[in-house]
Amino acid sequence: MIEVSGLTVRFAGVTPIDDMSVTFADGTCGLIGPNGAGKTTFFNVLSGFVKPAAGTITAFGENLLRMADYRRARWGLRRTFQTEMAIERLSIFENVAMIHEHSGAKRTSRRADVLDAIEFVGLAASPRAKVGGLGARERRLVEVARAVVGQPRVVLLDEPAAGLPDEETGHLSQVIQKIPEHMGALVILVDHDMSLVSACCQTTAVIDFGRLIASGPTVEVLRDEHVMRAYLGTEDVDEDEAAAAS
Amino acid sequence: MTAAGATETAQTAWARIRAGADRPTVIRVVVIGALLLFVLLVLPSLLGGYWISVSTGVAVFTIVALGLNLLFGRVGLVSLGQMALLALGCWVAARLFFLTSLPFPVVLLITGLVTAALGTLVGLPALRLGGLHLALITLMFAGLVAIVVPTTNFPNGGSGVLGHTEASTGGLVIRRPGIAQSDSAYFRYTVVVAAIMFLVALVHVGSKSGRAWAAIRQSEPAALAAGVNITLYKLYAFTLASFMTGVAGGLYAGYVGRLYSYQFSGARTIDSVSLLAVVLMGGIFSLWGAVVAAMLQQLLPAMLQSWIGFFLRNPDFLLVIFGIGVLQVLVTAPEGIVTQLPRDLKRLGGSVLRLVKGRPKESSA
Repeated sequence: MIEVSGLTVRFAGVTPIDDMSVTFADGTCGLIGPNGAGKTTFFNVLSGFVKPAAGTITAFGENLLRMADYRRARWGLRRTFQTEMAIERLSIFENVAMIHEHSGAKRTSRRADVLDAIEFVGLAASPRAKVGGLGARERRLVEVARAVVGQPRVVLLDEPAAGLPDEETGHLSQVIQKIPEHMGALVILVDHDMSLVSACCQTTAVIDFGRLIASGPTVEVLRDEHVMRAYLGTEDVDEDEAAAAS
Repeated sequence: MTAAGATETAQTAWARIRAGADRPTVIRVVVIGALLLFVLLVLPSLLGGYWISVSTGVAVFTIVALGLNLLFGRVGLVSLGQMALLALGCWVAARLFFLTSLPFPVVLLITGLVTAALGTLVGLPALRLGGLHLALITLMFAGLVAIVVPTTNFPNGGSGVLGHTEASTGGLVIRRPGIAQSDSAYFRYTVVVAAIMFLVALVHVGSKSGRAWAAIRQSEPAALAAGVNITLYKLYAFTLASFMTGVAGGLYAGYVGRLYSYQFSGARTIDSVSLLAVVLMGGIFSLWGAVVAAMLQQLLPAMLQSWIGFFLRNPDFLLVIFGIGVLQVLVTAPEGIVTQLPRDLKRLGGSVLRLVKGRPKESSA
């Protein structure tokens, strides 16, 4: 359970997150919104790359914002990036193992845990293969394996299906759906692929201009009038923008 | 379920790897072992006095280049202060040799540790900033050392803290280990120490620190998200490279016997820059690039000087050659000569073979 309250992020002249309050319960939660809504900025706040101007984030009873950025992985926070960032010069095994090494998980179970994670995402390539030689789909899976190895508490997936063809998104979708059950982690999924979000997420939060505009069961949220408006764009959006700017 | 099939694949693949049917690794170890034995047992008897001396220089600078190769190739840090650290290592080692009667390897070890501590002090403020700042600050540090060294000079058996005497005899000669008094024996000794440093580097690259370095080199935000304490691991790499350079300084002191400030004076701050150039040319993605780098820096000038007769010790002229070399490597083979040369030789061999066999495959041309 992650509770965000009154979160505000300001860059020079821009407020990508504006007094946002949202709660992510257990399971897989979707986080959607138009481009520039503040989704990735929110992930960057969780990762510690961006320091918020105001607000609190409580994750499983702990104040996340007070934790040093590199300690958050040890605490159990994992993420993938919009542009996939598996380490090209290391093998698949090493890529996943290096996360395990910094996660505080037991050294004795490292090899088993790493192989488990590689199997979990359904990577068929040899664990010894260098990531630099893999295709886009396999690299994505390596990144997901990195995010689930050991005992993660929170897994942030930032557009994991970006650039993947439909049939490969299908496999990814199956993997993501299994994460809460198999790894016991809370998953927050950001993606523009609504079929992926509907398939994976029981609940979804929608943000626009750095504010929460809807949240609840995914099916209901996607039917919500405000959400349609934010995505399709009507005159009312401009009013919202004016309200957010003032 | 797809996961069941995948479970089979990953586990069996790993089992196969574990079983040890890994021929490339075995072949590599055999080849390296044979090369090392050749260098240790055969090479000294083939070379004359001058070339033994040059080869010792190559072995010493292989260690210096190895440190920079690790920093640049593995972590992405650019240091221009490695020659200054070498000077510090020389000074510390010389002081210890004249002050104590500690065994040679112990002096090397202490020198390495002291140089590592000094290098860490220099790197500490710079490492928190970006790569360019580290390059700048280490270059300033090199400049500082180049100013200080002519004032303090190197210890040569004198008294006091500096241990330098202006006696007309030129002071005492730095001792060598008991088992390595002669030039060829000292060459072997240096090669063994260099081999140990390679082992240290290999162990680090293949361990937790090596993987953390690879993560940092590719993307600092991703490394941070993976829980890597970036400053700590950068500092560790810098400390390790400084340690190696310090050990090289100790070996260099024993190699030249007498240290003079002109060897590390202001005009030679440029050596730090040319070191970076040869390390780039040698190849930063393989540790063996360090050997090529040391040959370029030590062997190439000596060869040009003795065979062609040019007086190429003018560092500026050498820098021009290295500049062309760096350009060549960056344009045609970013992975360096260590990868480029075998690849090109293989191609050449292939073409020669095809010519000899009377071109069986016309279409391939």
